[in-house]
Formats: sequence, structure tokens, C-alpha cells
Amino acid sequence: MQLWLIPILPLAGFVINGVFGRRFSKGLVGSVAIGSVVLAFAWALRVILALGDLNTPHVEHYFTWIQSGIVNIGCDFAVDRLTAVMLMVVTGIGSLIHIYATGYMAHEHGPNFGGYYRFFAYLNLFMFFMLTLVLAANYLVLFVGWEGVGLCSYLLIGFYFDKKFATNAGNKAFIVNRIGDFGFSLAMFLILINFKSLDFGTVFGQTAGASPTVLTTIGLLLLVGACGKSAQLPLYVWLPDAMAGPTPVSALIHAATMVTAGVYMCARSFPIYAHAPDALHAIALIGIVTACFAASIGLAQNDIKKVFAYSTVSQLGYMFVGVGCGAYSAGIFHLMTHAFFKALLFLGSGSVIHALSGEQDMRNMGGLRSKIPWTFGTMMCAALAISGFPFTSGFFSKDSILIAAYSYAPWMYWVGVITAGMTAFYVFRAMFMTFFGTYRGHEHPHESPPVMYLPLVVLAALSLGGGFIPIPEFLKQFFPPSPIEENFTLMAISVAFGLGGIGLAYVMYVLKPGMADSLAGSVKGLYTLVYNKYFVDEIYDAAVVRPLVSGSRTVLWKTLDAGLIDGIVNGVGTMSRSVGSLLRLPQSGNIRSYASWVLLGSVIVIVTVVGILGGVK
Amino acid sequence: MTGVPVSWFLTLSAVLFVLGVCGFLFRRNIITVFMSIELMLNAVNLTFITFSYQLKQVNGHLFAFFVMVVAAAEAAVGLAIILTVFKNRNTLNIDEVNSMKN
Repeated sequence: MQLWLIPILPLAGFVINGVFGRRFSKGLVGSVAIGSVVLAFAWALRVILALGDLNTPHVEHYFTWIQSGIVNIGCDFAVDRLTAVMLMVVTGIGSLIHIYATGYMAHEHGPNFGGYYRFFAYLNLFMFFMLTLVLAANYLVLFVGWEGVGLCSYLLIGFYFDKKFATNAGNKAFIVNRIGDFGFSLAMFLILINFKSLDFGTVFGQTAGASPTVLTTIGLLLLVGACGKSAQLPLYVWLPDAMAGPTPVSALIHAATMVTAGVYMCARSFPIYAHAPDALHAIALIGIVTACFAASIGLAQNDIKKVFAYSTVSQLGYMFVGVGCGAYSAGIFHLMTHAFFKALLFLGSGSVIHALSGEQDMRNMGGLRSKIPWTFGTMMCAALAISGFPFTSGFFSKDSILIAAYSYAPWMYWVGVITAGMTAFYVFRAMFMTFFGTYRGHEHPHESPPVMYLPLVVLAALSLGGGFIPIPEFLKQFFPPSPIEENFTLMAISVAFGLGGIGLAYVMYVLKPGMADSLAGSVKGLYTLVYNKYFVDEIYDAAVVRPLVSGSRTVLWKTLDAGLIDGIVNGVGTMSRSVGSLLRLPQSGNIRSYASWVLLGSVIVIVTVVGILGGVK
Repeated sequence: MTGVPVSWFLTLSAVLFVLGVCGFLFRRNIITVFMSIELMLNAVNLTFITFSYQLKQVNGHLFAFFVMVVAAAEAAVGLAIILTVFKNRNTLNIDEVNSMKN
């Protein structure tokens, strides 16, 4: 079915824009970028429609990549139901965001005036790696995509490379992800040793007979990788900083697609987790703690993108809860709906930022409702969806996760519901601070061009109606059955919490605007703690970064490198010189002194020889 | 061998050789140095001939002839070099012919 065409199309876009983009007009660069992704979307759609019910995975083998001893790894792509969902999400959302980005980046030159084509080349490269990731039929090809999206994430976070904070954020994302990738690599080694293969089909076929200890270890190591990529505790710290990149990047990479790769990978590895309940429990635990923790940080942020960044971390936590409770399809369902509404929230906030010429602080916004109505209307749809308003997409997916959590462990349900309340509160806090009240800024807001708000409208429709896409039904045969039953009481409770959060935000930020500040003043300690993100960055800095840096400086650099290694190298040089200066003395250039040496030498030889021979006699 | 004992020949040869060495080491004039080298070669020739005569073997004679041939060739080349040096530098002092040094 020519699956390779799907990732190759964006790669071609990357090559064309990367090589020739400097000479292209902006329109041509945008057309190449959008065209390649839309074609990939169309081809993916055609492939999925042509493959029918997809009950068994459709695998395509292209060539043997590595052949060495027991290691036999092919460059294989596969499509099954899970991949089909991911393909649609990635290429669909990717196309919309590419279209949006041509408007958002229209005034962009970037550093060195190469910004526009460089941006789209990176974005296309990202699509290539992301599609490789979801199409992979073995762990190593998946890992290639996994590392590739990390690279593109790094490149795009540091897109404004003349700004120190952006390059720092890029480095932070890359380095934190290394920790996760280390776990992932170890997991791959364990899989290779135990199952003699990295192919999904082969590995998953053998999990039933494998030792539970090994499977648990593999599962936990994969979870470490997923925690890095999907920004879960304790490796979530890179994602809020990643907002230094342009907003379409935040929407595409750091909300809709790349950060969900960890969830996808865990769901993909469900046959391993099925025999490793402890690892599954760890997933659920990390998910619920992250969801609650990140949501609480989101309550007090003033940067509009930071709010949504912590919201993303929190929602990814929900997906992990879904996967960890065994409700894989609910997790993937939430992955998809989250891609709709969180991409919309980010693109909408990008539209707000665009309207205000770069302002991101919500304290300088307000009253924008009438000035940028398209942005307001579409973002409201996303806000309702993420809050779990009945019959929006978030309502269905979040509730299926929460119900699964209830049957797994009731306390998780309650934490999840409280988190849902917090989610509704901070999202609507952001909405009210941005769009309601009176305008507090100085710029003159202007509505974004249609090329920007039309993708918003599409995403708004998906955010509202996406819950009716029967993803759980579609994935039912793929995943092991999960004990989800409809429970109207639980559903009503979570909806009530969501509406309560919205209502509270309405009271605090619209009816009595001073109330939030007085409340913050009355619990000053707690507010400071949350406002400063629990000082996690500072703790990591003191506990990990500083010891590493000072250890590298004093021990590795000053002692080992400068002292030992340079000492040895310099010592060899000094010794050669001193020996040479001694040896230089006899070599005077005076022929007669040489002759004297020859004479002296021959006298010594003769005396010695005669002495020995005489002694022998 | 009657009459003159071998040790006298050898002593003469040694004395000539030492004279040659001393001339080589302590004289400055190139021609003198050159003649000292010839003297050493001939002292060695004398040793060869002595032993050849005493041991009744022809090898020593052969070596002596070889040395004489080499010495003749060397003299031809050496004198040519000396002439060129003198033409170019107007000196035969060996210590002043040191442009290869430094």
C-alpha cells in the first residue's frame, strides 16, 4: 500500500524548503509545507480506507536494516487500528496547524532573516519523524522517530536562537528527554535479550510465557521513556519552558502530537503491561499525581501559554491514568480529543498573542471578546471541551477515563474529579482574564486573518463534536477489554465539578474581580508556592544541575582533564625537550669533535674486546 | 720470518696511525687533514701486509689493494672538493667551512 509515502511526503517538503527555501517566496514555502502534509493526510486516509477493517495489522517490510547475530531488524512499517487513529490525528491536526502557521508566521523573519522557510522546514521534518514513530513496526524504528521528534522539538523551541531563554529551553527539553530515552534504550536492550527481536508482533507474541519480573522491568523502563517524552513527573519540567518556541509549535508538538508519543508507546506495548500489573499501576499512579500536581500549578500562572502548558501536562496525566487503569482505548480517545481542544487552545492563544503583537501576560489582556470574536468563539468551544461540558469531546473521553479509574481505584477517581474541577477553573480563569472585563493593555488588538481563524473553526467543530467519533468502539477489538460501564452518578459528579470550576472562575474573575487577589493574599504561603511552581525547577537546579556542573568543573575539568590528562601530555613533551637538550650537546657540528668521539669509542671497544679476550684466555 | 720481528712492523703501523689521527684532530688546514687520512689508510695497509706476510695468505694483499683503490678514488674526489672550496671561499681553514651548521 506504499505506506512509506506517508512520511516521505513531509520529508520531501523538508528537503525542498530546507535547500531552496531561501530563494522561495513566502507563499511558495507555505504551499510546499502545507501541500506535503495535506498530501500525507490524503494518502493516509486512502490507505486506511483501502485496508478495510484492519483487524490484523498490515505490515510492510522495506529492507533489512541491521543484521548481526541474533539482531535482525528491518525497516518495517505497519498499520493497525491504533496506528490508524494516530495517523489521522497527526496528519489532520498537522495540516490544520501548518495552514494556521502560514498566517501566524507571516511577519516572521526570525534571526538572520531565514525564519520563515527554516520554520516550515523544521515543521515538515517533525511531521516526517512523527509519522515514522506511529508507523513503526518495531521498537527501533519507533525509537528513530522518537529521537527525531525530540530533535525537531529542540530545534523549534530554540527557533529564536538569538534569545538566551529560548536556547536554554531547547537545551533543557533535549537534556531532560535524554534521561527518559536512557530508560527507553535499556528497555529495548532487555526486550532484545529476552525476546531476540524488536518487532512488535514477535515480541508481543512471546509475552505470555515470559517471566513477570523481566516484563515489569521492561514496562517500568518504557515508562521512564514515556515520562520524559510525555512530560510526566518527575521529568515534566521541560514542557512549560518549551513554550519559548513559536505558538504553532506549542500547539503541534507540545500539545497535540509529540508529547502524546509516550502515551501511544505505552498503549502500543499493552501486551507487555498486561503481564506486568505493577508497571501498569506505576503508570496510573504517575498519571494521577501528575494530573493533579500540574493542574494546581496552572491555577496561578499569568502567562497564557504557561497555563495551557501546565494544562497539557495535566491532561497527559489523565491519558496515563487511562492507560494505567487498563482502559487503553479511553486513553487514546482522550489523546485524540485533547489533540483537538488543546491544539485549539494553543492556536487561539497564539491568535490572541498575534492580535496583541506579542503580549503573553494575561494581566495585560481583558475585554478582547468583542475585538477578536472568531478567536473568542472558537477558544470558548475548546475551553468547554477541556472542562468536560456535557456532550463536548472532552466530556466523553475524560469521563471514560474517570469511570475506568473508579473501577480501578476509587480514590483515583476522586483525585481525577478534583483535578477536573481545577482544570475547568484555570481554563476559564484564562478565558475570563483574556476576553472579559476591560482591556488592560496598550496595543491595539486586531482579528487574525482568515487563514488563521479557519483552522480554529475546524478545530472548534472537532472539539465540540469529536466525542461522537466512535474511537472506543473502533479500538475495542484491538485492546484487551476494559471494565468500563456507564455510570451516570459518576458522570454527573464529574460534570458538576467541571461546572463548579467554571462558576468559581466566573465569580472570581468576572463578578468580583478583586476577589482573586484578596484570596491569594489570605493564603499567601500556599499562593507563593503554587505561583512559583512548587520551586521544582529550583530544587532540580540545586539537587542535580549544580552538583553536576560543579563536579564537572572541579573534578572532571580541573583535576582530571587539566591535571591528569594535560599533565601526561605536557610531561611527555617536557621530558623529550630536556632529553633532547642533553643529546644536543655532543652534536656540535664540529667534524673534529665527531672524530674524537669516534676515536674514543673505538679505543673503548678495543680495550674492552682485548680485555675480555685476554680474560677468557 | 727472520730478522725484523712482526711487532716492529705493527708498532710502526700504530705510530703512523696515531700520527694520522693526531694530524686529523689537531690541524686546521684541509690538505693536511686530507694527508693525515691517507696516512691512516696506509698505516692500516701496512698492518694488512704484515699479517698477510706472516700468515702466508693472500687476503691481506687483496685488502691492501682495495684500500689503495678506494684511497685513490677518494683522493681524486677529495682534491676536487678542496679545489672548489678554495675557489669559492679563499680559505683552506677547516673551521671556516661550516655553512651547513646553524
